[in-house]
Amino acid sequence: MCLGIPGQIIEITDKDNLIAKVDVSGVKRPVNIACIVNDEHPVENCINDWVLVHVGFAMSRIDEEEAKKTLTLLNELGEIQEEIAAMNASQVILEN
Amino acid sequence: MKYVDEFRDPIKAKALFNEIHALKDKIKRVDNKPLQLMEFCGGHTHTIFRYGIEQMLPDWIELVHGPGCPVCVLPMGRVDDCVTLAERPDVIFTTFGDAMRVPGSKKSLLQAKADGADIRMVYSPLDALELARKNLDRQVIFFALGFETTMPSTALTVLQAESEGIENFSLFCNHITTVPTIKAILDSPDMQIDGFLAPGHVSMVVGEKPFEFVAETYDKPIVVTGFEPLDILQSIWMVLKQLAENRCEVENQYARIVAATGNPPGLDAISKVFELREFFEWRGLGSIDHSGVKMREHFSGFDAERKFSVPNIKIADPKSCQCGEVLKGVIRPWECKVFGSSCTPEIPMGALMVSTEGACAAYYNFGNLPELLAKRKQKKLNNDTEESAA
Ligand code: SF4
Repeated sequence: MCLGIPGQIIEITDKDNLIAKVDVSGVKRPVNIACIVNDEHPVENCINDWVLVHVGFAMSRIDEEEAKKTLTLLNELGEIQEEIAAMNASQVILEN
Repeated sequence: MKYVDEFRDPIKAKALFNEIHALKDKIKRVDNKPLQLMEFCGGHTHTIFRYGIEQMLPDWIELVHGPGCPVCVLPMGRVDDCVTLAERPDVIFTTFGDAMRVPGSKKSLLQAKADGADIRMVYSPLDALELARKNLDRQVIFFALGFETTMPSTALTVLQAESEGIENFSLFCNHITTVPTIKAILDSPDMQIDGFLAPGHVSMVVGEKPFEFVAETYDKPIVVTGFEPLDILQSIWMVLKQLAENRCEVENQYARIVAATGNPPGLDAISKVFELREFFEWRGLGSIDHSGVKMREHFSGFDAERKFSVPNIKIADPKSCQCGEVLKGVIRPWECKVFGSSCTPEIPMGALMVSTEGACAAYYNFGNLPELLAKRKQKKLNNDTEESAA
């Protein structure tokens, strides 16, 4: 919950509500990007950004190298598996 | 240094260890006692154990594992409140998975679910909101917990619910704040912390400024720290360096993520939706002034505490459980009477055993269990002999 997980923005799905589709280790899910958008970095420029995702919200933009390093760390801590499982479980709840 | 090769940059790690060792005689220590450095955040605790950082440090440095694991400090009474809300027939109760196994006075959320309550684990408050959209005949409550790191996400979710006019969605707000908690730790007479590692992702939201009082009012060094093992090592070195040079400042080791001003849109959402509570009750630590937030009056329609009746009864922890002393660093986790016997990660008695970020679970999972239990036995013998001698 507190470590977050890196992901890459692949598409802006709802510009008005600042929702993007983000690829997190192969799982694609909607993520709110309100916290990384500002005048210098408008919504349109967010595609392909690497971001740190905390509970479905992009909280910080990071570079690719930082993203890779963080993914390795999370993997070693066993937290990637947990986050991905939580995302998938949430998805299932919503589909039912 | 049996794990140093596991660091992503072993050469840098070794250099840092050498620098740390070299600072020994440059730092004044009271009565030659070890320095106590506190990592506040449970994420740091997890990294420290996973990479065996504690064992690699010289014996004049002690790490105290702080209360920065939101699940671990959740008092029993709050879990009971969750169960009461979740057992209402009109409610779908949603929560992060971490909170499911925290013991309440009668049951955990997991047990309540087994007994038939509609409890669903969600990854994000956004998913809880989506459930509300899809189940207009039910009340969807999201159990909001965590420090400032997760506050923007729940605040933004409430703002979204308001703008869409979704009336069957509410938060059961149990967010806690970092700064008043660090202040309480500094004010506590049984704690003698010499320096702090500040939580990286809380700082990402709030920035550096809120931590200035630690240096200015309390004369303690504090370093905003990332989560890589090397980050932690470097921050320990930075704290020691400040001590050696008689400086007290907020330094930022994690500048690649943490901006001095924090995250303005996140802070804006927080202040729109939340305000400080007069006090908040913590497991083990008791009541701490201003250490939690509640929802502002304007959002009472989205506030489960106002919408439903919540018992809010204070429940004391079981007597044999010593979570409070562990949280304050008065005893080490393995010194707790029930550690590894009636309290294990499978059947936790205290919350520090529940989360992988809790200090007790960390010792249980990564420590040498037989050795720790033997140490506890020895310590008890020593105490008993001391007592009978006195
Ligand atoms: S061993 Fe269990 S009861 Fe004892 S301090 Fe740790 S979590 Fe609390």
